[in-house]
Amino acid sequence: MSDLHATAGRQATPEPPAAGNSHVTTAAVSIRNLSKSFDDVEVLRDVNLEVKQGDVVTILGSSGSGKSTLLRCINWLEQPERGTIHIAGERIGMNADGRPMSVKALARVRARTGMVFQSFNLWPHLNVLHNVTEAPIHVLGQPRQEAEARARELLDKVGMSHKQDAYPNTLSGGQKQRVAIARALAMQPEVMLFDEPTSALDPELVGEVLGVIKALSAEGYTMVIVTHEMAFSRAVSDQVVFLEKGLIIEQADPETFFTRPRTERVQRFLERHQ
Amino acid sequence: MSNWQILWQARDQFWSGFLSTMTIFGCAISAAFVIGCVLLYLLEGSRPRLAVPLRVFIDGMRMLPFLILAYLLYYGLPSFGIRLDAWWSGVGALAVYHGCYIAEIFRGSRLTFPPGQIEAAQAHGFTRSKMFLRLILPQIVMQTRPLLGNQLIYALKDTAFLVIITVQELTAAANSLSGTYFIPTEAFIVVIGFYWAVSIVMEVIVKQCGRFGSRRGFDNV
Repeated sequence: MSDLHATAGRQATPEPPAAGNSHVTTAAVSIRNLSKSFDDVEVLRDVNLEVKQGDVVTILGSSGSGKSTLLRCINWLEQPERGTIHIAGERIGMNADGRPMSVKALARVRARTGMVFQSFNLWPHLNVLHNVTEAPIHVLGQPRQEAEARARELLDKVGMSHKQDAYPNTLSGGQKQRVAIARALAMQPEVMLFDEPTSALDPELVGEVLGVIKALSAEGYTMVIVTHEMAFSRAVSDQVVFLEKGLIIEQADPETFFTRPRTERVQRFLERHQ
Repeated sequence: MSNWQILWQARDQFWSGFLSTMTIFGCAISAAFVIGCVLLYLLEGSRPRLAVPLRVFIDGMRMLPFLILAYLLYYGLPSFGIRLDAWWSGVGALAVYHGCYIAEIFRGSRLTFPPGQIEAAQAHGFTRSKMFLRLILPQIVMQTRPLLGNQLIYALKDTAFLVIITVQELTAAANSLSGTYFIPTEAFIVVIGFYWAVSIVMEVIVKQCGRFGSRRGFDNV
Protein backbone atom coordinates (compact mmCIF):
# COMPACT_ATOMS: atom_id res chain seq x y z
CA MET A 1 0.00 0.00 0.00
CA SER A 2 1.48 3.33 -0.89
CA ASP A 3 0.56 6.65 -2.36
CA LEU A 4 -2.91 6.16 -3.55
CA HIS A 5 -3.42 9.48 -5.16
CA ALA A 6 -6.86 8.52 -6.21
CA THR A 7 -8.15 9.99 -9.39
CA ALA A 8 -9.96 13.02 -8.13
CA GLY A 9 -13.70 12.84 -8.02
CA ARG A 10 -13.85 16.58 -8.43
CA GLN A 11 -12.26 18.29 -11.38
CA ALA A 12 -10.06 21.34 -11.12
CA THR A 13 -9.37 21.43 -7.42
CA PRO A 14 -9.00 25.05 -6.40
CA GLU A 15 -6.00 26.18 -4.40
CA PRO A 16 -6.43 25.38 -0.72
CA PRO A 17 -7.01 28.66 1.03
CA ALA A 18 -4.85 27.81 4.00
CA ALA A 19 -1.68 26.92 2.16
CA GLY A 20 0.64 28.78 -0.13
CA ASN A 21 2.01 27.51 -3.41
CA SER A 22 5.21 26.29 -1.83
CA HIS A 23 3.45 23.20 -0.47
CA VAL A 24 1.83 22.05 -3.67
CA THR A 25 4.12 19.08 -4.01
CA THR A 26 3.90 18.07 -0.34
CA ALA A 27 1.00 15.97 0.82
CA ALA A 28 -1.18 17.66 3.43
CA VAL A 29 -1.10 14.47 5.46
CA SER A 30 1.22 11.57 4.92
CA ILE A 31 0.79 8.48 7.09
CA ARG A 32 3.30 5.65 6.81
CA ASN A 33 3.32 2.22 8.42
CA LEU A 34 1.12 3.31 11.27
CA SER A 35 0.37 0.76 13.98
CA LYS A 36 -1.42 1.23 17.26
CA SER A 37 -2.66 -1.10 19.98
CA PHE A 38 -4.82 -0.62 23.02
CA ASP A 39 -3.53 -3.14 25.53
CA ASP A 40 -3.36 -6.31 23.44
CA VAL A 41 -5.80 -5.29 20.76
CA GLU A 42 -4.28 -4.04 17.54
CA VAL A 43 -6.49 -1.18 16.38
CA LEU A 44 -4.33 -0.01 13.49
CA ARG A 45 -2.09 -2.31 11.48
CA ASP A 46 0.48 -0.86 9.17
CA VAL A 47 -1.75 1.86 7.78
CA ASN A 48 -0.51 4.00 4.89
CA LEU A 49 -2.44 6.98 3.66
CA GLU A 50 -1.62 10.06 1.66
CA VAL A 51 -3.91 13.08 1.57
CA LYS A 52 -3.12 15.61 -1.12
CA GLN A 53 -3.61 19.33 -0.68
CA GLY A 54 -7.24 20.16 -1.37
CA ASP A 55 -8.42 16.57 -1.24
CA VAL A 56 -11.30 15.28 0.80
CA VAL A 57 -10.82 11.81 2.20
CA THR A 58 -13.61 10.04 4.02
CA ILE A 59 -12.88 7.10 6.24
CA LEU A 60 -15.61 4.48 6.50
CA GLY A 61 -15.87 1.30 8.48
CA SER A 62 -17.97 -0.28 11.18
CA SER A 63 -17.51 0.80 14.76
CA GLY A 64 -14.37 -0.60 16.29
CA SER A 65 -12.63 -0.71 12.93
CA GLY A 66 -10.10 1.88 14.07
CA LYS A 67 -11.24 4.80 11.96
CA SER A 68 -11.54 7.29 14.80
CA THR A 69 -8.20 6.13 16.19
CA LEU A 70 -6.59 6.70 12.82
CA LEU A 71 -7.99 10.21 12.68
CA ARG A 72 -6.91 10.96 16.24
CA CYS A 73 -3.39 9.79 15.48
CA ILE A 74 -3.09 12.46 12.80
CA ASN A 75 -3.02 15.21 15.44
CA TRP A 76 -1.43 12.94 18.03
CA LEU A 77 -4.41 12.76 20.38
CA GLU A 78 -3.57 9.08 20.19
CA GLN A 79 0.05 8.05 20.09
CA PRO A 80 0.81 5.26 17.63
CA GLU A 81 3.46 2.67 18.51
CA ARG A 82 5.02 2.58 15.08
CA GLY A 83 4.98 4.61 11.92
CA THR A 84 5.23 8.25 10.99
CA ILE A 85 2.79 11.02 10.29
CA HIS A 86 3.69 14.21 8.48
CA ILE A 87 1.49 17.28 8.37
CA ALA A 88 2.42 19.28 5.28
CA GLY A 89 5.88 17.82 5.37
CA GLU A 90 6.40 18.30 9.11
CA ARG A 91 6.57 15.26 11.32
CA ILE A 92 4.20 15.20 14.27
CA GLY A 93 4.80 13.60 17.65
CA MET A 94 8.38 12.47 17.22
CA ASN A 95 11.60 14.22 16.42
CA ALA A 96 13.82 12.97 13.63
CA ASP A 97 15.88 11.05 16.20
CA GLY A 98 12.83 9.04 17.22
CA ARG A 99 12.36 10.72 20.57
CA PRO A 100 9.03 12.31 21.57
CA MET A 101 8.64 15.93 20.59
CA SER A 102 8.71 18.60 23.24
CA VAL A 103 5.29 19.68 24.44
CA LYS A 104 5.78 23.07 22.80
CA ALA A 105 6.81 21.62 19.44
CA LEU A 106 3.91 19.19 19.49
CA ALA A 107 1.46 22.01 20.25
CA ARG A 108 2.87 23.97 17.34
CA VAL A 109 2.41 21.13 14.83
CA ARG A 110 -1.01 20.36 16.22
CA ALA A 111 -2.00 23.95 15.59
CA ARG A 112 -1.53 23.22 11.88
CA THR A 113 -4.46 20.83 12.00
CA GLY A 114 -8.05 21.62 12.84
CA MET A 115 -10.29 19.10 14.52
CA VAL A 116 -14.05 18.82 14.81
CA PHE A 117 -15.32 16.33 17.37
CA GLN A 118 -18.43 14.21 17.55
CA SER A 119 -19.43 15.87 20.82
CA PHE A 120 -18.51 19.45 19.70
CA ASN A 121 -16.39 20.19 22.78
CA LEU A 122 -16.97 23.90 22.69
CA TRP A 123 -15.67 25.78 25.71
CA PRO A 124 -18.84 26.65 27.62
CA HIS A 125 -17.52 29.66 29.51
CA LEU A 126 -16.75 31.53 26.29
CA ASN A 127 -19.34 32.92 23.93
CA VAL A 128 -19.45 31.86 20.30
CA LEU A 129 -17.14 34.60 19.05
CA HIS A 130 -14.59 33.97 21.78
CA ASN A 131 -14.67 30.23 21.21
CA VAL A 132 -13.50 31.00 17.70
CA THR A 133 -10.92 33.64 18.63
CA GLU A 134 -9.49 31.90 21.71
CA ALA A 135 -6.86 29.77 19.99
CA PRO A 136 -5.90 32.28 17.27
CA ILE A 137 -5.23 34.89 19.96
CA HIS A 138 -3.66 32.73 22.65
CA VAL A 139 -1.96 30.08 20.55
CA LEU A 140 -1.12 31.82 17.29
CA GLY A 141 -0.68 35.22 18.90
CA GLN A 142 -2.94 37.07 16.49
CA PRO A 143 -4.02 40.57 17.50
CA ARG A 144 -7.53 40.52 18.95
CA GLN A 145 -9.07 42.79 16.32
CA GLU A 146 -7.70 40.74 13.46
CA ALA A 147 -8.79 37.48 15.07
CA GLU A 148 -12.28 38.82 15.69
CA ALA A 149 -12.67 40.11 12.15
CA ARG A 150 -11.63 36.73 10.80
CA ALA A 151 -13.86 34.91 13.29
CA ARG A 152 -16.85 36.94 12.12
CA GLU A 153 -16.11 35.97 8.52
CA LEU A 154 -15.91 32.32 9.48
CA LEU A 155 -19.09 32.45 11.57
CA ASP A 156 -20.75 34.01 8.56
CA LYS A 157 -19.47 31.16 6.41
CA VAL A 158 -21.04 28.55 8.72
CA GLY A 159 -24.21 30.61 9.13
CA MET A 160 -23.69 31.42 12.78
CA SER A 161 -22.84 35.12 12.80
CA HIS A 162 -26.21 35.98 14.33
CA LYS A 163 -25.23 33.97 17.43
CA GLN A 164 -21.79 35.39 18.04
CA ASP A 165 -22.67 36.66 21.52
CA ALA A 166 -24.54 33.52 22.59
CA TYR A 167 -23.07 30.95 24.94
CA PRO A 168 -22.78 27.33 23.80
CA ASN A 169 -25.37 26.05 26.27
CA THR A 170 -28.06 27.99 24.39
CA LEU A 171 -27.27 26.45 20.99
CA SER A 172 -28.66 23.38 19.28
CA GLY A 173 -26.32 20.53 18.43
CA GLY A 174 -26.15 21.53 14.80
CA GLN A 175 -25.34 25.11 15.76
CA LYS A 176 -22.67 23.96 18.20
CA GLN A 177 -21.06 21.85 15.53
CA ARG A 178 -21.05 24.69 13.05
CA VAL A 179 -19.34 26.90 15.62
CA ALA A 180 -16.84 24.11 16.26
CA ILE A 181 -16.10 24.03 12.54
CA ALA A 182 -15.51 27.79 12.49
CA ARG A 183 -13.30 27.44 15.56
CA ALA A 184 -11.13 24.85 13.82
CA LEU A 185 -11.00 26.87 10.58
CA ALA A 186 -9.78 29.90 12.49
CA MET A 187 -6.45 28.15 12.98
CA GLN A 188 -5.99 28.23 9.19
CA PRO A 189 -5.09 24.57 9.32
CA GLU A 190 -3.35 22.56 6.63
CA VAL A 191 -5.95 19.88 7.13
CA MET A 192 -9.34 19.67 8.80
CA LEU A 193 -10.09 16.48 10.72
CA PHE A 194 -13.73 15.54 11.32
CA ASP A 195 -14.46 12.77 13.82
CA GLU A 196 -18.02 11.64 13.12
CA PRO A 197 -19.23 15.24 13.06
CA THR A 198 -22.92 14.38 12.77
CA SER A 199 -23.19 11.26 14.92
CA ALA A 200 -24.36 13.12 18.02
CA LEU A 201 -26.97 15.16 16.18
CA ASP A 202 -30.71 14.81 15.89
CA PRO A 203 -31.48 13.56 12.37
CA GLU A 204 -33.03 16.84 11.29
CA LEU A 205 -29.88 18.75 12.26
CA VAL A 206 -27.46 16.56 10.31
CA GLY A 207 -28.12 18.33 7.03
CA GLU A 208 -27.00 21.78 8.15
CA VAL A 209 -23.63 20.46 9.30
CA LEU A 210 -23.03 18.33 6.22
CA GLY A 211 -24.01 21.33 4.10
CA VAL A 212 -21.27 23.40 5.73
CA ILE A 213 -18.68 20.68 5.19
CA LYS A 214 -19.70 20.33 1.56
CA ALA A 215 -19.30 24.06 1.07
CA LEU A 216 -15.81 23.85 2.55
CA SER A 217 -14.84 21.06 0.18
CA ALA A 218 -15.95 23.22 -2.73
CA GLU A 219 -13.63 25.92 -1.45
CA GLY A 220 -10.72 23.52 -1.62
CA TYR A 221 -10.07 22.80 2.04
CA THR A 222 -8.14 19.62 2.72
CA MET A 223 -10.28 17.40 4.90
CA VAL A 224 -10.20 13.95 6.46
CA ILE A 225 -13.64 12.87 7.59
CA VAL A 226 -14.72 9.88 9.62
CA THR A 227 -18.41 9.41 8.95
CA HIS A 228 -21.33 7.03 8.67
CA GLU A 229 -23.14 9.18 6.13
CA MET A 230 -22.76 7.26 2.87
CA ALA A 231 -24.49 9.67 0.53
CA PHE A 232 -22.44 12.50 1.95
CA SER A 233 -19.22 10.54 1.61
CA ARG A 234 -20.02 9.80 -1.99
CA ALA A 235 -20.83 13.39 -2.82
CA VAL A 236 -17.92 15.05 -1.09
CA SER A 237 -14.95 12.68 -1.32
CA ASP A 238 -11.97 12.52 -3.60
CA GLN A 239 -10.93 9.30 -1.92
CA VAL A 240 -12.85 6.84 0.21
CA VAL A 241 -10.95 4.66 2.62
CA PHE A 242 -12.50 1.60 4.21
CA LEU A 243 -11.05 0.29 7.44
CA GLU A 244 -11.64 -3.16 8.82
CA LYS A 245 -9.97 -4.37 12.00
CA GLY A 246 -7.28 -1.75 11.70
CA LEU A 247 -6.45 -2.46 8.08
CA ILE A 248 -7.28 -0.38 5.04
CA ILE A 249 -8.99 -3.04 2.98
CA GLU A 250 -10.26 -0.78 0.27
CA GLN A 251 -9.36 2.65 -1.00
CA ALA A 252 -10.79 4.20 -4.12
CA ASP A 253 -12.48 7.19 -5.64
CA PRO A 254 -16.13 7.41 -4.52
CA GLU A 255 -17.56 6.34 -7.87
CA THR A 256 -15.59 3.09 -7.86
CA PHE A 257 -16.00 2.53 -4.15
CA PHE A 258 -19.77 2.87 -4.08
CA THR A 259 -20.58 1.19 -7.41
CA ARG A 260 -17.87 -1.41 -7.90
CA PRO A 261 -16.37 -2.35 -4.52
CA ARG A 262 -13.65 -4.94 -4.85
CA THR A 263 -14.14 -6.79 -1.59
CA GLU A 264 -17.13 -8.70 -0.37
CA ARG A 265 -16.77 -7.03 3.01
CA VAL A 266 -17.38 -3.59 1.52
CA GLN A 267 -20.24 -4.88 -0.59
CA ARG A 268 -21.96 -6.18 2.52
CA PHE A 269 -21.24 -2.92 4.37
CA LEU A 270 -22.74 -0.85 1.58
CA GLU A 271 -25.81 -3.05 1.32
CA ARG A 272 -26.51 -2.57 4.98
CA HIS A 273 -26.12 1.19 4.75
CA GLN A 274 -28.17 1.87 1.67
CA MET B 1 -24.54 54.49 81.80
CA SER B 2 -25.89 51.31 80.25
CA ASN B 3 -23.65 48.59 78.93
CA TRP B 4 -24.65 49.48 75.38
CA GLN B 5 -23.64 53.09 75.94
CA ILE B 6 -20.24 51.95 77.14
CA LEU B 7 -19.80 49.93 73.99
CA TRP B 8 -20.95 52.86 71.84
CA GLN B 9 -18.27 55.02 73.41
CA ALA B 10 -15.71 52.33 72.63
CA ARG B 11 -16.88 52.10 69.03
CA ASP B 12 -13.47 53.18 67.71
CA GLN B 13 -11.97 50.07 69.22
CA PHE B 14 -14.55 47.87 67.48
CA TRP B 15 -14.07 49.72 64.24
CA SER B 16 -10.31 49.33 64.19
CA GLY B 17 -10.70 45.68 65.17
CA PHE B 18 -13.16 45.24 62.34
CA LEU B 19 -10.84 46.87 59.82
CA SER B 20 -8.01 44.68 61.04
CA THR B 21 -10.16 41.55 60.64
CA MET B 22 -11.16 42.58 57.14
CA THR B 23 -7.55 43.27 56.15
CA ILE B 24 -6.42 39.92 57.48
CA PHE B 25 -9.33 38.17 55.83
CA GLY B 26 -8.80 39.93 52.50
CA CYS B 27 -5.08 39.20 52.38
CA ALA B 28 -5.44 35.63 53.58
CA ILE B 29 -8.27 34.60 51.31
CA SER B 30 -6.62 36.15 48.24
CA ALA B 31 -3.43 34.27 49.02
CA ALA B 32 -5.44 31.11 49.72
CA PHE B 33 -7.10 31.38 46.31
CA VAL B 34 -3.73 31.68 44.61
CA ILE B 35 -2.38 28.74 46.64
CA GLY B 36 -5.43 26.70 45.66
CA CYS B 37 -4.88 27.48 41.96
CA VAL B 38 -1.16 26.70 42.13
CA LEU B 39 -1.77 23.41 43.91
CA LEU B 40 -4.38 22.44 41.34
CA TYR B 41 -1.97 23.24 38.53
CA LEU B 42 0.80 21.20 40.14
CA LEU B 43 -1.61 18.28 40.51
CA GLU B 44 -2.49 18.60 36.81
CA GLY B 45 0.73 17.03 35.62
CA SER B 46 -0.19 13.87 37.57
CA ARG B 47 3.45 12.97 37.99
CA PRO B 48 3.25 10.72 41.03
CA ARG B 49 6.54 12.00 42.40
CA LEU B 50 4.93 15.40 42.81
CA ALA B 51 1.27 14.48 43.10
CA VAL B 52 1.59 12.10 46.05
CA PRO B 53 3.42 14.46 48.41
CA LEU B 54 1.07 17.27 47.39
CA ARG B 55 -1.99 15.19 48.18
CA VAL B 56 -0.48 14.21 51.52
CA PHE B 57 0.22 17.87 52.27
CA ILE B 58 -3.29 18.97 51.31
CA ASP B 59 -4.95 16.23 53.31
CA GLY B 60 -2.62 16.82 56.24
CA MET B 61 -3.65 20.46 56.36
CA ARG B 62 -7.33 19.71 56.06
CA MET B 63 -7.17 17.28 58.95
CA LEU B 64 -5.38 19.74 61.21
CA PRO B 65 -7.33 21.98 63.60
CA PHE B 66 -6.73 25.53 62.40
CA LEU B 67 -5.75 26.74 65.85
CA ILE B 68 -2.90 24.25 66.05
CA LEU B 69 -1.54 25.49 62.74
CA ALA B 70 -1.69 29.08 63.96
CA TYR B 71 0.11 28.06 67.16
CA LEU B 72 2.74 26.19 65.18
CA LEU B 73 3.50 29.15 62.96
CA TYR B 74 3.60 31.64 65.82
CA TYR B 75 5.18 29.64 68.64
CA GLY B 76 6.79 26.75 66.77
CA LEU B 77 8.66 28.40 63.90
CA PRO B 78 10.98 30.49 66.10
CA SER B 79 12.67 27.28 67.25
CA PHE B 80 13.67 26.81 63.61
CA GLY B 81 15.02 30.34 63.52
CA ILE B 82 12.03 31.75 61.64
CA ARG B 83 10.30 34.47 63.58
CA LEU B 84 7.03 35.80 62.18
CA ASP B 85 5.06 38.43 64.06
CA ALA B 86 1.52 37.61 65.10
CA TRP B 87 -0.06 39.29 62.09
CA TRP B 88 2.05 37.45 59.51
CA SER B 89 1.70 34.13 61.35
CA GLY B 90 -2.05 34.57 61.36
CA VAL B 91 -2.36 35.55 57.72
CA GLY B 92 0.09 32.83 56.71
CA ALA B 93 -1.76 30.15 58.63
CA LEU B 94 -5.12 31.20 57.20
CA ALA B 95 -3.75 31.35 53.67
CA VAL B 96 -2.12 27.92 53.72
CA TYR B 97 -4.98 26.25 55.56
CA HIS B 98 -7.75 27.58 53.38
CA GLY B 99 -5.56 27.32 50.29
CA CYS B 100 -5.51 23.56 50.87
CA TYR B 101 -9.28 23.47 51.29
CA ILE B 102 -9.71 25.45 48.08
CA ALA B 103 -7.28 23.13 46.29
CA GLU B 104 -9.37 20.17 47.40
CA ILE B 105 -12.57 21.85 46.21
CA PHE B 106 -10.93 22.54 42.84
CA ARG B 107 -9.53 19.02 42.60
CA GLY B 108 -12.96 17.50 43.06
CA SER B 109 -14.34 19.64 40.28
CA ARG B 110 -11.34 18.93 38.06
CA LEU B 111 -12.08 15.19 38.27
CA THR B 112 -15.38 15.73 36.50
CA PHE B 113 -14.02 18.17 33.93
CA PRO B 114 -15.10 17.01 30.45
CA PRO B 115 -12.04 15.39 28.81
CA GLY B 116 -13.36 16.36 25.39
CA GLN B 117 -12.69 20.01 26.15
CA ILE B 118 -9.09 19.19 26.99
CA GLU B 119 -8.74 17.33 23.71
CA ALA B 120 -10.23 20.26 21.85
CA ALA B 121 -7.69 22.54 23.49
CA GLN B 122 -4.83 20.19 22.63
CA ALA B 123 -6.05 19.89 19.06
CA HIS B 124 -6.00 23.68 18.84
CA GLY B 125 -2.39 23.78 19.91
CA PHE B 126 -2.79 24.87 23.52
CA THR B 127 0.09 24.18 25.83
CA ARG B 128 -0.56 22.95 29.35
CA SER B 129 -0.21 26.26 31.15
CA LYS B 130 -2.31 28.28 28.71
CA MET B 131 -4.96 25.60 28.68
CA PHE B 132 -5.05 25.63 32.46
CA LEU B 133 -5.27 29.39 32.80
CA ARG B 134 -7.67 30.13 29.97
CA LEU B 135 -9.92 27.10 29.78
CA ILE B 136 -9.75 24.88 32.85
CA LEU B 137 -9.39 27.28 35.76
CA PRO B 138 -12.15 29.74 34.78
CA GLN B 139 -14.63 26.92 34.41
CA ILE B 140 -13.60 25.28 37.65
CA VAL B 141 -14.02 28.54 39.55
CA MET B 142 -17.50 29.03 38.05
CA GLN B 143 -18.39 25.45 38.79
CA THR B 144 -17.29 25.55 42.43
CA ARG B 145 -18.68 28.99 43.23
CA PRO B 146 -21.11 27.84 45.95
CA LEU B 147 -18.38 25.86 47.70
CA LEU B 148 -15.97 28.77 47.44
CA GLY B 149 -18.62 31.01 48.99
CA ASN B 150 -18.85 28.58 51.88
CA GLN B 151 -15.09 28.57 52.26
CA LEU B 152 -15.05 32.37 52.44
CA ILE B 153 -17.33 32.21 55.46
CA TYR B 154 -15.20 29.53 57.14
CA ALA B 155 -12.13 31.66 56.57
CA LEU B 156 -13.82 34.74 58.00
CA LYS B 157 -14.77 32.84 61.14
CA ASP B 158 -11.30 31.37 61.49
CA THR B 159 -9.84 34.89 61.73
CA ALA B 160 -11.38 35.00 65.23
CA PHE B 161 -8.93 32.32 66.39
CA LEU B 162 -6.09 34.73 65.82
CA VAL B 163 -6.97 36.55 69.04
CA ILE B 164 -5.20 33.68 70.78
CA ILE B 165 -1.90 34.48 69.12
CA THR B 166 -2.42 38.16 70.09
CA VAL B 167 -3.54 39.55 66.75
CA GLN B 168 -5.52 42.74 67.37
CA GLU B 169 -8.65 41.99 65.41
CA LEU B 170 -12.39 42.18 65.99
CA THR B 171 -12.71 39.39 68.53
CA ALA B 172 -9.70 40.77 70.38
CA ALA B 173 -11.46 44.12 70.61
CA ALA B 174 -14.57 42.50 72.09
CA ASN B 175 -12.47 40.43 74.41
CA SER B 176 -10.64 43.42 75.79
CA LEU B 177 -13.82 45.50 76.22
CA SER B 178 -15.64 42.70 77.96
CA GLY B 179 -12.66 42.24 80.22
CA THR B 180 -12.31 45.92 81.02
CA TYR B 181 -16.00 46.65 81.72
CA PHE B 182 -17.28 43.13 82.57
CA ILE B 183 -19.90 43.19 79.82
CA PRO B 184 -19.19 39.99 77.88
CA THR B 185 -22.72 39.43 76.55
CA GLU B 186 -23.15 42.81 74.92
CA ALA B 187 -19.58 42.95 73.63
CA PHE B 188 -19.81 39.58 71.94
CA ILE B 189 -23.27 40.27 70.57
CA VAL B 190 -21.83 43.29 68.79
CA VAL B 191 -19.08 41.13 67.38
CA ILE B 192 -21.54 38.51 66.19
CA GLY B 193 -23.38 41.29 64.39
CA PHE B 194 -20.21 42.24 62.56
CA TYR B 195 -19.46 38.67 61.48
CA TRP B 196 -23.03 38.13 60.37
CA ALA B 197 -23.12 41.35 58.41
CA VAL B 198 -19.94 40.51 56.53
CA SER B 199 -21.08 36.93 55.88
CA ILE B 200 -24.42 38.11 54.54
CA VAL B 201 -22.76 40.62 52.23
CA MET B 202 -20.42 37.89 50.97
CA GLU B 203 -23.32 35.52 50.41
CA VAL B 204 -25.10 38.12 48.32
CA ILE B 205 -21.99 38.89 46.29
CA VAL B 206 -21.23 35.21 45.67
CA LYS B 207 -24.82 34.67 44.68
CA GLN B 208 -24.67 37.58 42.26
CA CYS B 209 -21.53 36.10 40.73
CA GLY B 210 -23.62 33.01 40.04
CA ARG B 211 -25.44 34.90 37.32
CA PHE B 212 -22.18 35.05 35.43
CA GLY B 213 -21.96 31.26 35.48
CA SER B 214 -25.63 30.52 34.97
CA ARG B 215 -25.66 32.43 31.68
CA ARG B 216 -23.03 29.94 30.58
CA GLY B 217 -24.99 26.96 31.86
CA PHE B 218 -22.92 26.33 34.97
CA ASP B 219 -25.71 26.48 37.51
CA ASN B 220 -29.19 27.78 37.99
CA VAL B 221 -29.11 30.71 40.33
